[in-house]
Amino acid sequence: MRLRNILHLGIKELRSLLLDPFLAGFIVFAFTFSIWTAATAMPDTVQNAVLAVVDEDQSPLSQRLSLLFQEPYFAPPIEISRTEMDPGLDAGDYTFALYIPSEFQSDLLAGRRPTIQLAVDATRMSQAFEGSGYIQSIISAEVSNYLGRGHEADALPVDLVIRSKFNQALDGGWFGAIVEIINNVTMIAVILTGAALIREREHGTVEHLLVMPVTSLEIMLSKVWSMGLVVLAASLFSLWVVVQMLLQVPIHGSTLLFALGAALHLFSVTSMAIFMATVARTMPQFGLLMILVIMPLDMLSGGMTPRENMPEFVQTIMLAAPTTHFVSLSQGVLFRGAGLEIVWPQLLALTVIGSVFFVIAHSRFKKTLGSMA
Amino acid sequence: MDDARHSEPPLLVKGENLSLVYGDTHALDGVDFHVQEGSIIGLIGPDGVGKSSLLALVSGARRLQDGTLNVLGGNMAAPAHRRRVCPRIAYMPQGLGKSLYMALAVEENLAFFGRLFGYDGEVLEARMVTLLSATGLLPFRKRPAGKLSGGMKQKLGLCCALIHEPDLLVLDEPTTGVDPLSRRQFWELIDTIRQSRPQMSVVVATAYMDEAAQFDRVWAMNAGRIMAEGSPAELLEQTGTRTMEAAFSRFLASQDDLAASELEIPPYEEASQPIAIQAENLSKRFGDFTAVDSVSFEIHQGEIFGFLGSNGCGKSTTMKVLTGLLEASEGKAELFGKPVEASTVESRMRVGYMSQHFSLYGELTVRQNLDLHAHLYRIPHDQVNARIDALLDQFGLREEADERPASLPLGVKQRLSLAVAMLHDPDLLILDEPTSGVDPIARDAFWRILIDLSRNKGVTIFISTHFMNEGARCDRISFMHAGRVLVSGKPADIATDLGGGSLEKASISLLEEASKETSTATSAEEIASQFAQAPDETKPQTSRFFSPRRMMSYARLEAQEIANDPIRSVMALVGSLILLFVMGFGISMDVDGLSYAVLDSDQTSLSSDYQTNLAGSAYFVEHPAILDYEDMDQRMRTGELAVAIEIPSGFSEKLERGRGAEIGVWIDGSQPMRAETVLGYVNAVHADWLQNLIRTRLGGAMETSAVNVETRFRYNPDVKSLVAMVPAVIPILLLMIPAILSSLSIVREKELGSITNFYVTPTRRSEFLMGKQMPYIVLGWLNFVILWLAAVTIFGLRFEGNFLAINIGALLYVTCSTGLGLLISTFLRSQIAAIIGTAILTLLPAVQFSGLTDPVSSLQGAGRVIGEIYPTSHFLSIARGTFSKALGFTDLQQEFITLIIMAPLITLISVLLLRKQET
Repeated sequence: MRLRNILHLGIKELRSLLLDPFLAGFIVFAFTFSIWTAATAMPDTVQNAVLAVVDEDQSPLSQRLSLLFQEPYFAPPIEISRTEMDPGLDAGDYTFALYIPSEFQSDLLAGRRPTIQLAVDATRMSQAFEGSGYIQSIISAEVSNYLGRGHEADALPVDLVIRSKFNQALDGGWFGAIVEIINNVTMIAVILTGAALIREREHGTVEHLLVMPVTSLEIMLSKVWSMGLVVLAASLFSLWVVVQMLLQVPIHGSTLLFALGAALHLFSVTSMAIFMATVARTMPQFGLLMILVIMPLDMLSGGMTPRENMPEFVQTIMLAAPTTHFVSLSQGVLFRGAGLEIVWPQLLALTVIGSVFFVIAHSRFKKTLGSMA
Repeated sequence: MDDARHSEPPLLVKGENLSLVYGDTHALDGVDFHVQEGSIIGLIGPDGVGKSSLLALVSGARRLQDGTLNVLGGNMAAPAHRRRVCPRIAYMPQGLGKSLYMALAVEENLAFFGRLFGYDGEVLEARMVTLLSATGLLPFRKRPAGKLSGGMKQKLGLCCALIHEPDLLVLDEPTTGVDPLSRRQFWELIDTIRQSRPQMSVVVATAYMDEAAQFDRVWAMNAGRIMAEGSPAELLEQTGTRTMEAAFSRFLASQDDLAASELEIPPYEEASQPIAIQAENLSKRFGDFTAVDSVSFEIHQGEIFGFLGSNGCGKSTTMKVLTGLLEASEGKAELFGKPVEASTVESRMRVGYMSQHFSLYGELTVRQNLDLHAHLYRIPHDQVNARIDALLDQFGLREEADERPASLPLGVKQRLSLAVAMLHDPDLLILDEPTSGVDPIARDAFWRILIDLSRNKGVTIFISTHFMNEGARCDRISFMHAGRVLVSGKPADIATDLGGGSLEKASISLLEEASKETSTATSAEEIASQFAQAPDETKPQTSRFFSPRRMMSYARLEAQEIANDPIRSVMALVGSLILLFVMGFGISMDVDGLSYAVLDSDQTSLSSDYQTNLAGSAYFVEHPAILDYEDMDQRMRTGELAVAIEIPSGFSEKLERGRGAEIGVWIDGSQPMRAETVLGYVNAVHADWLQNLIRTRLGGAMETSAVNVETRFRYNPDVKSLVAMVPAVIPILLLMIPAILSSLSIVREKELGSITNFYVTPTRRSEFLMGKQMPYIVLGWLNFVILWLAAVTIFGLRFEGNFLAINIGALLYVTCSTGLGLLISTFLRSQIAAIIGTAILTLLPAVQFSGLTDPVSSLQGAGRVIGEIYPTSHFLSIARGTFSKALGFTDLQQEFITLIIMAPLITLISVLLLRKQET
């Protein structure tokens, strides 16, 4: 193995990357605009929820109730009639429909325990569950208040003092931005590395490499380092400039530690990409294979939804994926300020997975290289 | 042709003051050029002087920049005229099979071109058979074009150009890499067709001077200008030379004096030189096809050994076996006494190989390519630049040093490949048709280098060529045909024995003899009758307006590409099913199994009662108790605990006294969604405990709420993720996969060169894009059906809505998603960019902004805007509406209207953005 060969073959990769303005543009786009929109678009769990109110009571109380649902949690309530309620829910015009029956106020005052109906579009999972809880407690509180029992609530014997660690305001944007960086790191590294190899095959340049005094190990390492470096640089830029400066997300831990984790992660995924490129014969096949691999990695590694929600066997399988450890490392370091003493198991796991992937990918690459010409 | 002094035939092509600039290179510099009807015109000149640019202009493939160009009676700058005349023009671009679809069979390629021009059924079949047999390709009609040898690709390219009986045939170095016999057959074919269609004109760029000598008129070009023009005889007279070869040199003599001198080859002293290459009974089989059939030869050190023979006869395969690129099926191959299989990095340092196809990096400049290889070949750091400079001069690449090969003419690329092969002073050069497409002067210069290497440095040279004058320069040659060596020996001996002194004649008679049994060559009469059978009136009309037939030709082409690559469709269909599983089970909004631990500083029965209550909740999983704040901090930092509960000391005492008892709750906020859920659960468990407490310990029943809020979860009563997720995942899968495939189908043509067919045929932009889109719409819809079936069977979802509605919705939607792929493809050139671009531009909006987890109405900023217009949001509503809400057309009117508008709109925008000519 000659380091000089690896260096020069890698420089070649970087040069061809820079020459494709759209390609370079997409990488920039993925680590700037994509991150920014992902962060700013994500709502807090219940935000701008659309609520419709059927007020058949038209009493002072019922009107007071509809005034309670305010921004930012709720969009201004829509006044509808009973008959409009079902079609509107069907069409998805609103997620919640609150039905206040006639004689509500008077029933309440007479102690007849009137019923308010709340219909929820439960296909909108994230809002449905949280939002209905909010709405219930808002109504209960207001009704108690109205009945002059407001003080009783204060007199509850035990108070819950709730503090949210690492993200006091439970701002979903922070989360969105970091998840997006993690996903893009994986996706772009896989595409760049794998497609670089497929391109060599489609343009017949692999044949040329085969008669050169270079080894398959050198060819593979050159792609791993050059593409890994591009993605690492882009992700750190994104973290510093987009996430910290523009989005003002406070990073608790050491970005250097994150960079170390990212580098190890990139080592694994670029190796994986080489493997994929030896399986796919053409660029369209590679494109499909890429989707097949990337989407489960994105979805199941704990970035989008917590790991503990997944079935046991999925959790176990995903322990073999580098993304699982990278996500947990990134969350630990970036959100919770975890140091080396906490994330070393993830670093170790990434190193082991990366080495195994590299060895497997290289042995397959070596075997198939001859048939690529 | 006779000098037509009396009645000048009309001009078919008339160009005045044509100029073309790429960046700062003047490819054409004020060229005046014309072609008379019924004539055959040759363009000669060194590589890269603008021949190809001129031909591309004449054929309409390239956009006119300056000057006026009239072709077939109209101005080529006018799109309407181009569209009108392009059915009458055929263009064959430079490069081995540049216009062909490599994955498609020979006959599929030919049929595609035929259908594009309106031929079909028996007429098409008869025509195909005629052309294929005339070129000797008939036995290979089922073979994929990519598996043909270089020369066979050229012949197929010609067949494709001839199939629609053009009036103007534009051929850019059509016989480059074609063997002598095929070359003769090629010109005979064109002559025969010209006899039956006397009005047809042919414009040819060629590097063969013997061909140029046969043309009616020859135009000599240099540096973007016309240097001389006239009949071959006139040109010879002008220059005072006897051969075109010499005339050619004379035109350029002023700039290259070396070229004028005759090439001299010192004799080779064969005696006692050790053997460099030895092949013994070497065979190579691909499946049941034998490419090389027990070939044996020996090449001595310092010898120049030539390999001649017909196209596809196994020359390249033999060479590849010797370089170690292919493994021999049988026999022995040795380089310098060592078997080739054991080829090590060290042995590769001794060999320089140049393949038939350009295999250097098109995206690096000439200098960067040389630089890369200099380093790989371990040339000492301080000598790299000197070596590169020397090579740039030696191979005349100085001017092109900073250009990228992708934009350079074939001849220049060949020179670069040669320079790379010789970069490291190898002991052995294996050169596969190194001079194909290279101009005569550069060829001579190149041979000078070879002779010097052989005679003065003892370099062994193993070279294949189709130029007989080059064959004559070799020390020994072998003729190959159909995998076997027919004859070997000194070229002069072979020429005397078999060709009466001419190697050209010897080779043709050898090949004719050898191919007699296999050949099914069509007689000239047959060809003539075939082409005469279809006078212009019966020639299919080429519609100037949108033609469904042309669209279907492209649709069929794409469908064949898909059919020939079954892995692609299987991956698309099965893959999406796998993803449905992954996402259906993987994206779960149900939060349970939350880990918690308690820091109990109170240690009373009341505090332990509180803990018991928590542990009883199905949502929580208890972890070992927290020791102190530090422990809590540490364990939350590792992410072990989603929530920590602190019961402070004095808790029960305060509670008994009824004042200010508190419980501390710490929630891990790093996953906001989970944190919110945790918050809700903790509150609920706490309230539950309080009620119990009040009832049992404090004696009184707590006032039940005055109002009853009755919550009904509609459509998904158990609030299960699966029910919500599966219908929402289908739209995402139906976006990404069809979009990537359709965008690659266009960009692939751009990257691999076959897009030229779209440029030069009467195909309209809409026909091209919609034709390409169609198979992917069908594939996408099939994909939908499979996903739908999986949802109702495997996932056990109940489908309550209108089945027709969701199908129509799916069709409209995959039209949108394939359309998005087309849209993205219009401004991209490389497939890598297409994959990344499509992934970025579809994945984020679909997953984050289309209502998969968060309703569009709850989004903010740019994400909200994207979500509102993105087709995925609308189909997602249709999918959820029909699956979970039992809806039909009327309820989902809004969504359908949006999709009905968007589906054609996206394709329309792509059509408007696509360019019909190369710029």
